[in-house]
Order: sequence, then structure tokens, then C-alpha cells
Amino acid sequence: MNSKSFSVLKLTVNNHPGVLSHVCGLFARRSYNLEGVMVRPLVDKTSQQSRMWLLVNEEDRLQQLIRQTEKLIDVIKVEQHELAGSVFEQTEGFFV
Amino acid sequence: MPDSAIEPRTSIQISGSQLLIQLLERQGVTHISGIPGGANLPMYDALTSSSIKHVLARHEQGAGFIAQGMARASGEAQVCFASSGPGASNLITAVADAKLDSVPIIAITGQVPQAMIGTDAFQEIDTFGLMLPITKHNWMVRSAEELLEIIPKAFEIALSGRPGPVSIDIPKDVQNQLIEVETLPAPGKRQPNPKLDESLIEPMLCKIWAAKRPILMIGGGIIYAGATEALRQFAEQLDIPAVQTFMGLGILPADHPLSLGMLGMHGAPFTNLILEECDLVIGLGVRFDDRATGKVTAFCPKAKIIHVDIDHSEIDKIMSSVLSIRADVGELLEAANEMLESSTRPIWRKRVDQLKQNHPLILDGTDDLFRPYGAIKTIASLLDDTVNITTDVGQHQMWVAQAYPINRPRQWVSSGGLGTMGFGLPAAIGMALAQPERKVICFSGDGSLMMNIQELATAAEHNLDIKIIILNNQHLGLVRQQQTLFYDNNLSSVKFQSKVDFALTAQAMGLKGIDLGASDKPIAALESALLEHGPCVINIPISETEMVFPMVAPGGANRDMIHGDMVEGEIAEGDKA
Repeated sequence: MNSKSFSVLKLTVNNHPGVLSHVCGLFARRSYNLEGVMVRPLVDKTSQQSRMWLLVNEEDRLQQLIRQTEKLIDVIKVEQHELAGSVFEQTEGFFV
Repeated sequence: MPDSAIEPRTSIQISGSQLLIQLLERQGVTHISGIPGGANLPMYDALTSSSIKHVLARHEQGAGFIAQGMARASGEAQVCFASSGPGASNLITAVADAKLDSVPIIAITGQVPQAMIGTDAFQEIDTFGLMLPITKHNWMVRSAEELLEIIPKAFEIALSGRPGPVSIDIPKDVQNQLIEVETLPAPGKRQPNPKLDESLIEPMLCKIWAAKRPILMIGGGIIYAGATEALRQFAEQLDIPAVQTFMGLGILPADHPLSLGMLGMHGAPFTNLILEECDLVIGLGVRFDDRATGKVTAFCPKAKIIHVDIDHSEIDKIMSSVLSIRADVGELLEAANEMLESSTRPIWRKRVDQLKQNHPLILDGTDDLFRPYGAIKTIASLLDDTVNITTDVGQHQMWVAQAYPINRPRQWVSSGGLGTMGFGLPAAIGMALAQPERKVICFSGDGSLMMNIQELATAAEHNLDIKIIILNNQHLGLVRQQQTLFYDNNLSSVKFQSKVDFALTAQAMGLKGIDLGASDKPIAALESALLEHGPCVINIPISETEMVFPMVAPGGANRDMIHGDMVEGEIAEGDKA
């Protein structure tokens, strides 16, 4: 993967049914590509929150999409990360 | 024997549906529009012992727009009910419309029992999935206990920040589930606005003071923030002319010296031309919709943009701003008004007046009742500002937006973003229910009215003071206009071959209906129909060759307006067709 063209978003979300639909639906209807998605409940006693990692590759509208994502009620936090060292880089071997 | 058979049933054990209705009562809901069906029977069973009045619509889309009419007139969140399957899917258009115009409605639908979800059960549809992209947030309720959290939260979300619709899908077993409730939660309400960064106000004012030719662009956000008075003070103190978006009509009275009317596709020539010359646009509660901006790269070519909006994702979405403030526009204006030094801009104002004088909005035919502007101006002259105005979608909507003097906030209710034909009549019903002391004038066309005409029966049933004015050209007029102007007059499927007698239709539905085209004294007939109390359909025949001018071609730059005198030849051609 050419790390220059990719960004990684780290989302902390409520672990409700339908959250994945809310997030992926937003990206689809705003016609913004999702190159990869990794989701699991956070490892804690209650599992009330999940972590979503999103792999994205369009720089120009990324801030706009982050703001749209932040508006989703079940999204608690959005952070932008680099591809280097991310879950997507570490799991590349599973996608060949 | 199970315990419950021995123990007396406690009086606080209630069903999910009873809990739902109690929670809605606590929210202050007075009316719910809707239609019962198989999957929401328990809700309707609980509703009979409630103080809430139910308004039985004739189609769920009508119910959705009735709720919208109540919400748009009052600013309060309003509720509509539908059953599962087709009931829910019929609500979709009204909910989507509320999303685009930021209207707080709460759509509550019945769903098949949870055990049957996913089996393609009778009247099962994925309501959660359908509502997801057109609401601020939506839920499927999985237990009656969840209602205690979800119902207040639904009102909170619908009303907070930028308002908008939410939807709640409730499976029938959840409606029937008995639970013991000890205490009910506090009603949900609008949450405090995002904190205003006051350090941005001075930089904003400095940019405004430094500008030579500033323009205010004012939109629906100001109305929703209740900030019209603060805006007027701001505009007057700084002496800045203001263009109003379609959703912002009524912020400044139509005849206010600083008001430049509506901008965009059907804005006045001077309005769009002034925007060509301005050097600073201060966008307040606007989202730079394409019908307002025209071709974005050509919008206000000489201007820098300041953008204030409560919705962070609107900032820099369409237009890049040199300064942006995420805030409730009312809080911002009030804080800014404290810091203002009044100024005047005689040179710019003079130039604006000159453009106004040289490029006026030409309202052709105001002296003829059977021409669009004539009908609208005659009706306006017979009424005062206490009336509420709503429209359907099409030519009549644009003629009214151009020509009817809208003079106060929330006087004007129209489907802006989604542009839904069929909006007007049920919205008028909702407005009349919310504000029974105000007469509602619903301007419509023969195309639009047919899309929700069944609600005439609802209006008759409640004897609401609604006047439905049909500017009847027996065509889909705005489509015809576009075919005439942009498709070489190749008219395709825009004429209704079968003529509907709308006055008779109204009478058949139980209300008064008159046809001014068949009247000996049409103006007297119009006056008496408008002034008496009660619902009435008033048909006004007009020519199908009437057009809305000026017009900017979709995708075109606002400076490239098409005027009536430019296409006279083509209109004549159209006459022959």
C-alpha cells in the first residue's frame, strides 16, 4: 500500500445494533470510498463501546467526512491516524 | 402457580404502548397525525385514553407532512404514526423532506413482532434501514424498557443543534410487553448550543468593517434560531444589504430598505447582479444550496466568504470561507450586536439602489387576476400579515416566493430542499392545527395538488381555515418551462389530457370549492371565499405558456439569467404547439 495516499480513521462508537450501518451508510451516500473496515467491541467488562477502524484514500473531502461522521449520534470520537503501523498494515497478509 | 396469579397486579404495570403515549404526553405533544394498521394497533389502543388528539390522515405521506406543518409553524417537535410495511414506506418522503429542510419531526412506526423480523412476514419492511439515511438518528426498539431512554432522546436530538427528523420503529411485541415503571424520565429538550468562540467575533467584525461592498446572505438557520430581531439590528447597524435564501424568506420584511429579496435560480435580476459585485458575503444560517448559488465556481466571483452555521459539517462543504464560526446564529448575532459600532456605506448603498432601479424584478400581469402575479398580488391585497402562507412545488411556488410579501418569520412554509410536490395541502393542515387563530393560504398547482389531494377530506373533517389556491394551467408547468427553454420546446408528457374539475372535487370531499374561471364576479367571489372561515378550494385558470422569470439554467452561473423578453419568440412557438 502506498502510505501517502491512505489515511486511517479511528472511531469509538456505541456498541448498538445498527451502528455499522450508520457509519458505512454515511460514507456510501456521500459517495466517499471506504477502502477497508475493521470493527470489534472494545475489550472491557461491559463491551458497551466498539472500535471501528476505517481505511480511506481521498484527501480532499476527508475533513468534510470527518465532520459528518462526528455528527452521528452513536459515534463518540473520531481520530485521524497514519497508515503506518495501523491495523490495516498489520493485516495485509490476510487480503492476498 | 406462577407468582403473578397470587399477587394482585400492581397498578404501575403498563404496556409498551401505554408507556409510549405517556412519554409523548409528558413531551407536551397535543396532536399526532397518522394512520393505524396491523402493526401499530396497540399504540392506537393506548391513544384512546390519552389527552392527545389524533388527526387521521388519508395517506401516511399526508400524516408526515401534517406533522411537518405543525413543526414548521411552531418550532416544536411533532409526531406522526404509521404502521409497518407500506405505512412506513409511505412516510419516507415526508421524513426525507424534513431532513433537507431541518424540521423536527418524530416518525413512530409499528413493526412486525421481533420473532418474525427477517422472515419476510406480512407487511414487514426494513424500516430501520430505510429511515437511516434520511434522519438525524433512528432506532429499532428492542424492549419496552428502552422506550424510557429513546423517547426523550428522540425529542432531544430532533430539537438540538440543527433540527431534523428522527424515527423510531417499534415491534408489536414491544408495544404489548408489560413492564413495571417506577419513575418516568424527564422530557427530552433542546440541548445547549455548541459554545460560541467569542474570540472570533472581533476578527469577523474587522473583516466586515474592512469590506467595501459586503452582503448578508441570510437563511433558515436564522428563523430556527429565533434570531430575526438580532439580525435586523445587525444589518441596520452595519448598513449591509441582505439577500434571503428561499428558506430565509420573512427574516426581513419584504419592503425593508436593506432587503434584496431572494437570490438564485429565480431571484430578482438586481439581487443576482449585486452578488456579482460584492466583495464579502456573510452567510448566516445558510448552506449554499445549488438553487441559491447557481454554478458554485461563478458564485460571488469577487467576494470572500464568512460562514456562520450551527452545523460544523456545512462549513466549507460547498464554499470555502476565510472565516467560519460554528455557532447558533442568534447567540453570535447577539454577542456581535454588543460590540458593534454603527456604520454607514453610502457609496455601496447607492450602487445597490442603482442596480435595483436598473434591473428590477418584472412582475408581468399584476393587474390581471388570471395571470400568476395578478392572482398572487390580488390575494395578498385582500389579506394581512397574520395569515400563514404555504405552497406546493413548481412554478406557482416560485411566483409566490418572488411576489408574495412575506413579512415575518415562520409565516412562510414551503418544501425547499427536497422540493416535494404534494407538500402544500397536508402542511397547511398542520399549520392550521398548530395555529388555529391564523388563516392558512396554500398556493398550489394542478399537478402538485393531485399528489396529496386525498387530504382535502382531512381538512374538511376538521373544518380548518385553509384556502387552497390552484394556479391551474393543466400542465406540469415548471417541467413544461424547462422543456420549452432547454429542450427546444419538445414538450413531453407535461399536459394533463383529462381536465379535473377541482371545485367539484372539493365539494365531493366535503368542503367548499369554487372556480373563478366560471364566475361572473371573480374578484368578489375570491374575496368572500378568502375572508370567510373554513376550508375552500379556489381554482384560478392560467395559461400554460406562463413562465417564471428570470431563470438561471440548472448548473448555470447566476449572472446568466434568462429573462422573459429574451425568449418571447420561443414562447410564441410554444403557443402553436
